[in-house]
Amino acid sequence: MIESLNPLLASAVAAAIPLILAALGELVAERSGVLNLGLEGMMLIGALAAFVAVAHGGGLVGAVLAAMLAGALIALVFGFVTLTLQANQVAAGLSLTILGTGITAFLGRQYVGFRAPASFVELPIPYLSEIPLLGPSLFSMNLLGYATLVLLAATAWVLYRTRAGLALRCIGESPTVARSLGLPVIPVRYAAVAFGGAMAGLAGCYYAVAQFKMWQEGLTSGNGWIALALVVFATWRPLRVGLGALLFGGVSALGLYLQAINVHVSVFALSSLPYLATIVVLVFISSDQNAIRRNAPASLGKAFHADS
Amino acid sequence: MSLQLPFRLIPRAQPSQRMLVVAPLLAVVLTLLVGLGIFAALGQNPLTAFRVFFIDPVSDIQGWSELLLKASPLCLIALGLAIGFRANIWNIGAEGQMYLGGIFATGLAIHFHETGGAWLLPAMIIAAAVGGALWAAITAALRAHLRTNEILVSLMLTYVADLLVKYLVYGPWQDPQSNNFPFTIQFGDDALFPLLASWSWLGFDTLLEGTRVNLSILMTLVAVPLAWLFMDRSFIGFQLSVAGLAPPAARYAGFSEKRLVWVALLLSGAAAGLAGVSEVAGPIGQLNDRWTPGYGFTAIIVASLGRLHVVGIVFAALLMALLYLGGEAAQIALQLPKAISQVFQGLLLMFLLGCDVLVNYRVERRRAALPVVQPVAAA
Repeated sequence: MIESLNPLLASAVAAAIPLILAALGELVAERSGVLNLGLEGMMLIGALAAFVAVAHGGGLVGAVLAAMLAGALIALVFGFVTLTLQANQVAAGLSLTILGTGITAFLGRQYVGFRAPASFVELPIPYLSEIPLLGPSLFSMNLLGYATLVLLAATAWVLYRTRAGLALRCIGESPTVARSLGLPVIPVRYAAVAFGGAMAGLAGCYYAVAQFKMWQEGLTSGNGWIALALVVFATWRPLRVGLGALLFGGVSALGLYLQAINVHVSVFALSSLPYLATIVVLVFISSDQNAIRRNAPASLGKAFHADS
Repeated sequence: MSLQLPFRLIPRAQPSQRMLVVAPLLAVVLTLLVGLGIFAALGQNPLTAFRVFFIDPVSDIQGWSELLLKASPLCLIALGLAIGFRANIWNIGAEGQMYLGGIFATGLAIHFHETGGAWLLPAMIIAAAVGGALWAAITAALRAHLRTNEILVSLMLTYVADLLVKYLVYGPWQDPQSNNFPFTIQFGDDALFPLLASWSWLGFDTLLEGTRVNLSILMTLVAVPLAWLFMDRSFIGFQLSVAGLAPPAARYAGFSEKRLVWVALLLSGAAAGLAGVSEVAGPIGQLNDRWTPGYGFTAIIVASLGRLHVVGIVFAALLMALLYLGGEAAQIALQLPKAISQVFQGLLLMFLLGCDVLVNYRVERRRAALPVVQPVAAA
């Protein structure tokens, strides 16, 4: 009986990994006070960059590097527009998504219909992978999956246990205070935005060369937006991002699982589960406005003009 | 590492009225320049590409008809969105609300396919507005009463609406003769907007012969002055603007935020629903699984580019429609992927946001001699 849950858990974890990556990057950006709604666009750009890299013989290392670099670069465009040119972050984030969707649809057309020549394969850890339930899911991931867990822990550590993390959080709470303390507000925000872009790119890489092993227009199918919701759900705490991602991943996996065992529900209804779950979770979390107010970076989404 | 820019931004005492107009034009010019660069990089003669993209599509009456067909729904949706955007109520799910408009209208068209009459099309129009508004009402209720983020909810609902369309056209509403292709039956004449060319008493019939432009543009023509009255001449329109520009002032004045959220979302949902019926009962004449070229998202750009003002939105909708047509023409004439129009759309919005800095700031060259005290960035 327990064995029958293995594929469900494994696919929940597999669906959770890219969400964790993207949400972690967004979390760091938001903790510095920058709301980047362009996750979906950055993920698509990362996904295409990764696919192009493997398609041209760059290998998996090339895919990871290309995805992170492409994600970070496009994020810096967003950074320039919002941080230097003081544009509205909501509008700029949306335009980043529109731009990313367009660029990838345009440049990616010649790559549609091919299988990735290289992809991340599962690497079960000896012994650990034989633990019931946890083994086949948590200890039989691919390299990107393990790297995600390391990044999760590292992000939490940097944010809460280092000077740099403290500075970043301070800037997100009050850039004015941070500046009077001599902290470089705008450069740190640039760095946080670039980190967010690199992580979103990595999440895209996961879709293109680990999960689907191909490129297709709109490959990320709204998961960038789900990752954004995840940050709110996690009340801007890295470790809760991990838990939340498992929850969302579980819902997606449940849809696939029910399809596989031929439940008489339309596949379209099952496919809509992650989106509906996101709404339910958002409603649930926003019912406690105090928790949001307590945890949200106080300067989130507000422009900061260094010369003023 | 130093992040000194060669210029500095000096806040203006008041937003520059001149720059409010100059910035969008500058953004269009910058987009064009980058566009020419892209064409050159793709090995196309930039000038030929420019002509194919921007001139040829509107060089005959056929082209203008197509331009209106595309600009009309874009304008309709953008007018609705602008109402909310003015109050910082970000309805990003117009695409989904448009799907629901299409679904509601299609439901009537299919159900009364045999028995319809002259009442059918008006009924479909009302149903479409109701459908779009109902879908937006979910977002409105959650935002107004539970303070749930409207951006994420409206967007998630767009993905759900897309799946709902797919469910219908692959399932209960599929044309039995479609060989399992995902579309419904072709609507009867009672369920279609009449072509302008078919109205011979207008005197345009020879001019418009063979064009597809239809009566649905009347909805937009009516909506434009109504939207202006609502946004710039009504009390609630004023409340929305205040809520966007100075939220504390709006609270102090006792404007109900809940009411504004409901009004903005219901109106934009209804407008998107109308755009939906203008498509399914217009050039397409049926519901299928990929009937919209993303009007709901493009309308966000239209609203921003048009400065959330009625006149600006009309021009922006025409420009964006031209980008769609140009993309299609470039695909046929230059074998470039159609998605190039989306690239231009994204660039245009990004440039616009960047250029907007000129509205609130004066740009001043930094003099090199002047020592500037600036904390050094952590590497």
